[in-house]
Amino acid sequence: MKPWMIALLFATAFAATSANTQTPPSQQPATTPSGNADEGKKLFVSYGCYQCHGREAQGSSATGPRLGPRPIAFAAFNRYVRQPTGQMPPYTSKVVSDSDLANIYAFVQARPAPPPVQSIPLLK
Amino acid sequence: MSKKRSVDRRDFLKSAAVTGAAAFASTDVVGAEPQQAQAPVQATAPIAARESDPVGSVEVLTTDRPGGDFMVDVLKTLDFEFVASNPGSSFRGIHESFINYGGNKAPEFITCCHEESAVAMAHGYFKAEGKPMAVLCHGTVGMQHAAMAIYNAYCDRVPVYILAGNSLDATLRRPGVEWAHSVQDAAAMVRDFIKWDDQPISLPHFAESAVRAYKIAMTPPMMPVLLVVDGGLQEDPISHEVTARLRIPKLTMTSAPQGDSGAVGEAARLLVSAQNPVIVADRAARTAAGLTRLIELAETLQAPVVNQGGRMNFPSRHPLNQSSGARQLVADADVILGLELTDFWGTVNASRDGLARTSRLLTKPGAKLISVTALDLATKGNYQDFQRYPEVDLAMAADAEATLPALTEACKRLLTAERRTALQARGKRLADAHAAALERTRAEAAYAWDASPISTARMTSELWAQVKNEDWALVAESGIMSDWTSRLWTFDKYYQSLGGSGGAGVGYGAPAAVGAALANKKHGRLSVTIQGDGDFLYAPGVWWTAAHHRIPLLAVMHNNRAYHQEVMHVQRMANRHNRGITRAHIGTTIEDPNVDFAKIAQGMGVHAQGPISNPNDLGPALRRAIEVVKRGEPSLVDVVTQPR
Repeated sequence: MKPWMIALLFATAFAATSANTQTPPSQQPATTPSGNADEGKKLFVSYGCYQCHGREAQGSSATGPRLGPRPIAFAAFNRYVRQPTGQMPPYTSKVVSDSDLANIYAFVQARPAPPPVQSIPLLK
Repeated sequence: MSKKRSVDRRDFLKSAAVTGAAAFASTDVVGAEPQQAQAPVQATAPIAARESDPVGSVEVLTTDRPGGDFMVDVLKTLDFEFVASNPGSSFRGIHESFINYGGNKAPEFITCCHEESAVAMAHGYFKAEGKPMAVLCHGTVGMQHAAMAIYNAYCDRVPVYILAGNSLDATLRRPGVEWAHSVQDAAAMVRDFIKWDDQPISLPHFAESAVRAYKIAMTPPMMPVLLVVDGGLQEDPISHEVTARLRIPKLTMTSAPQGDSGAVGEAARLLVSAQNPVIVADRAARTAAGLTRLIELAETLQAPVVNQGGRMNFPSRHPLNQSSGARQLVADADVILGLELTDFWGTVNASRDGLARTSRLLTKPGAKLISVTALDLATKGNYQDFQRYPEVDLAMAADAEATLPALTEACKRLLTAERRTALQARGKRLADAHAAALERTRAEAAYAWDASPISTARMTSELWAQVKNEDWALVAESGIMSDWTSRLWTFDKYYQSLGGSGGAGVGYGAPAAVGAALANKKHGRLSVTIQGDGDFLYAPGVWWTAAHHRIPLLAVMHNNRAYHQEVMHVQRMANRHNRGITRAHIGTTIEDPNVDFAKIAQGMGVHAQGPISNPNDLGPALRRAIEVVKRGEPSLVDVVTQPR
């Protein structure tokens, strides 16, 4: 399958008019909860986040956007994970607990900034 | 061979030979041979023929002019460079004719370890060379193995010239295997995804059908064709009567169909007057001329081009290449020109794979859609590769590459000086957007630069650094890698990108790369493939073929240790069913044990390194591999990578 077709399957984000009834998202946290980045790293793999977003949350044009090191606010992050509007499959609190999600967020936040492009000869 | 079988065919042939074809049938006597200890068996051939036999009981055992020789004569006129095959008894006659009578040249026999490899090699070869490769296989078990690769070629509109052996006369078959390897209608299994087939019953019939098959295969839309060649026709002597009728028909290639002048004129009017036109190309450029022609149209209109990558349609660094912004361009467009699109509907619609499958139109109201595709001339019903019905405003059942010159000229005639000025301004904006997109791509590539497993951006960049100063060709890319090659590399020659498999049948990448590299060998091009791990494992014997035939090819593994697409599909189901995704790896990953691809390749006689998981080790490994390839051999570097 060609990459652009994969992109359509997995990376297209738009507001769907789904008729199904979703489990209501858990209570929206007002602030960013504290999480454990090391624990989040393990969860990022075991929950399969890396499959679309890469093991360093660097993202892929074919499957899912870059998540770190400067992620969207936790409230929006939480909202999208629980009830995504694009191609991302929903992760309800039954599948990923709120505390696990906080750990994942901490991992994403902790990703190091990339080296400057100018410092990488291969990218010049 | 059983006694009865021996009598039936050979004594009949003897009769035929001595009653009228002495010039073609040898009269060698082999009575002293040990295997002749058993007494000649009385023939059951026509009595009249036996009574006229001057040598009585001497059995005619040889011929120096079998039917297969004439088949080779015919096929040589079609200028095949190679015939790829996994050997099989149903085509032993023509096999022997190829290698002895034909001198194993034009075509040269390429030994394959699987029929799927043979067809996929021919698939890749065509896209690099622009002419078909012949393939020989059994009409039964060979065709069954070949079927998926034939389907890929069909979906990719690639001609593959397939010859399938069969044994039609049930009374002349050897007991056992030859029956299992015979079939009433060998083409039936694949008829839904080939363009034409025939089962000639005589050599003159073969000649006509062989030439016809070539002509049909090479007329857009191009697709595989199949000739079923009877074993008796291959092996039996050519009779005097048949000799008198033998001739090889003249091949006249059919010119590709062009859009009619009225439709071309209307398309030009729409394109020239559009404020935001976009050209989308998939399999538009069949040849180098197609690339040049699309550049000319785009520059005439100063219109953005989205290359969907079915072929090397447009240079990656051309300022009008706006492939990375495809969706927004489609959304903003007032005219969309689709050139040989696989999926026009999918180009202008977004679909969501959720519990409820939904879609929405991306284009704005009033946007005009123009389609040029030869596929409108030949759509079949069973296999559904034709995609959803596109509601276009103007449809030309025509070959895009052949239609482009007329379309470009029609556009030029409509351009006023004022309009040209406006288009130049649009071109400047697009050039700025192209440059900005490239900078964003480079910035994205820097993320996870030092990660292990190695990021696909890093691997792509390391490889580019080694090949960019060579005459290179990316002959296949079977692991999906976030489009890094098309975004980071400078593609500007037609042969540098050959598109994908067509039917998304995994297992295409390795053999197609070997086939394309075989084509590139005489041109001195450095053939490179990015090799998926799942794809590698389908029919890895093709690496032996590469080593055996000294086919220079650099294979860089995108080894993410999974059928990654399927991991994501199962993960999607698990999420949808609210069961958690921690078991999505079951049945989808290629771990425990990790496959040692380098060791497999080495076992096939291929120079190989890896697995490499430290990005700093990659550059030196690639340099070593290229040294091997430059010596004329294949080389593989196994790289453990990020998923995408």
